[in-house]
Amino acid sequence: MSTLFTRRRFLVGGTLGASALALSGCDVLDQNADVANVLRSAEHLTMKAQRFLQGRDALAREFDEKDISPSFRVNGTSAPDSEDYLELAEGNFSAWRLKVDGLVERPREFSLADLKGLPARTQITRHDCVEGWSAIGKWKGVPLASLLRLTGLKPTARYVVLHCADELEQTLDGSGRYYESIDLIDAVHPQTILAYQMNGDDLSVGHGAPLRLRVERQLGYKQAKYIMRVELVDSFTGLWGGNGGYWEDRGYEWYAGI
Amino acid sequence: MSESASNDNVQYPRTIFIRRHSVVTRLTHWLNVLCLSFLLLSGLQIFNAHPELYWGHYGANGDPAVLTIGSDDDRGTPSGFVRVGGVQIPTTGVLGVSDVDGEPFARAFPSWATIPSFQDLAAGRRWHFFFAWLFVINGILYLGFSLLTGHFRRDLAPATHELSPRHLGREVLDHARLRFPEGDEARHYNALQKLTYLAVIVILLPLMVLTGLTMSPGVDAAFPALVDLFGGRQSARTIHFITASALVIFVVVHVAMVVLSGTWNNIRSMITGRYAIQLKGPKS
Repeated sequence: MSTLFTRRRFLVGGTLGASALALSGCDVLDQNADVANVLRSAEHLTMKAQRFLQGRDALAREFDEKDISPSFRVNGTSAPDSEDYLELAEGNFSAWRLKVDGLVERPREFSLADLKGLPARTQITRHDCVEGWSAIGKWKGVPLASLLRLTGLKPTARYVVLHCADELEQTLDGSGRYYESIDLIDAVHPQTILAYQMNGDDLSVGHGAPLRLRVERQLGYKQAKYIMRVELVDSFTGLWGGNGGYWEDRGYEWYAGI
Repeated sequence: MSESASNDNVQYPRTIFIRRHSVVTRLTHWLNVLCLSFLLLSGLQIFNAHPELYWGHYGANGDPAVLTIGSDDDRGTPSGFVRVGGVQIPTTGVLGVSDVDGEPFARAFPSWATIPSFQDLAAGRRWHFFFAWLFVINGILYLGFSLLTGHFRRDLAPATHELSPRHLGREVLDHARLRFPEGDEARHYNALQKLTYLAVIVILLPLMVLTGLTMSPGVDAAFPALVDLFGGRQSARTIHFITASALVIFVVVHVAMVVLSGTWNNIRSMITGRYAIQLKGPKS
């Protein structure tokens, strides 16, 4: 009996010890750049698989009015605190201009009235946060594809970068400024809109006034708020951390389809 | 057993070795152990980012929750709780509030149960999706191999007589008394094993993958039927959590059975394939 007892104790102790080692080992592995790169390889696989299965135009589900969440959580920045933004907000964004530039044929600026004058799309969709929660809201805005048709694209344009007014992290060099990017497949997807209305009202400051992105086949952090400028680029090099977005520079996937 | 019958110059009781598990079963089994361990612990890290479960299409702070793991701050003393339905259970020390570097800290699952141990959703997701892919590829290999070689039909499908209430009742009693099949009966899985393994292979593991995929807005666009199947992304998330819990219970019972019914023999058979059986006599 005594040998059995010690053997059992050895087993239990050994298992617990091994698990503890494995766990602390994970933290060490987690900090290792090579390991991180191997783990990251799954992101490309995910993107390739999803793009293959979706095709270009598979639509995200659209819901009915009755499905809209009673309250839609404000996430990320709830109010940008720069002087410039506050001034724009006080003027009801009449002085706000959306700059569209970079690798476009005809760089242009749009006022909010200009955008509202263009054909709009309305969609009731589910917003999926990377943290796990979801909320359903009704969005109205201009399809990004229509804007890009007005400005034209240079042949080298590959990504659409959304530059935002909010600073999620206060830094001296401005690298805490929010920005996001999508590729041209998502940019011309019929449900990809620059929304100026939510649930029938002008976009509130909490939800990204005056303009935010809706790219419905991806997670919440891609839905950039407070958009000031749309820039067409051929790569992310030289853009802050070089990963194509605020959260991407902080370790999150650029392709946020899952 | 002192008397050893002599028959055809063979001594009884004697130990024979049979080939218990094919090499594919063994490899995929251990890869599964690796994948599911990482998936569980990184999954708990992901859960910690929003430790509340809902039912239906949407669900966020303020919406009615099925389950909440949270913390209260009672005049500087944090306390953890789990709330299921209307019932709130204090869980300070393990769930809701647990020690990080000796200080009580508000986090749903404790640091020893998450990968990485500290709060890092981005890293948790990287581990989770990497091992999710490995798990799916491993699972497809196993299913394909098992269908082709007849592993399901031969080893896992219960015979009709094994499904009779009397037979199952007897097996349940035997298990409860920790009496496990011996001799020729030990050559095959018993009916409870077959049913349990089939439930895990055909129901629980596919449910994990499908509910996981349903949480993906990209997959939902490709396969809208998945969302209907589970009644919404938040329902799928809740089922993902419940199914993971069921798998944890399975693993606990499975490992207990492995230990109780001959630890080394079982583990050896899953590593080398060789499984020892005691034969008591020619007629046993």
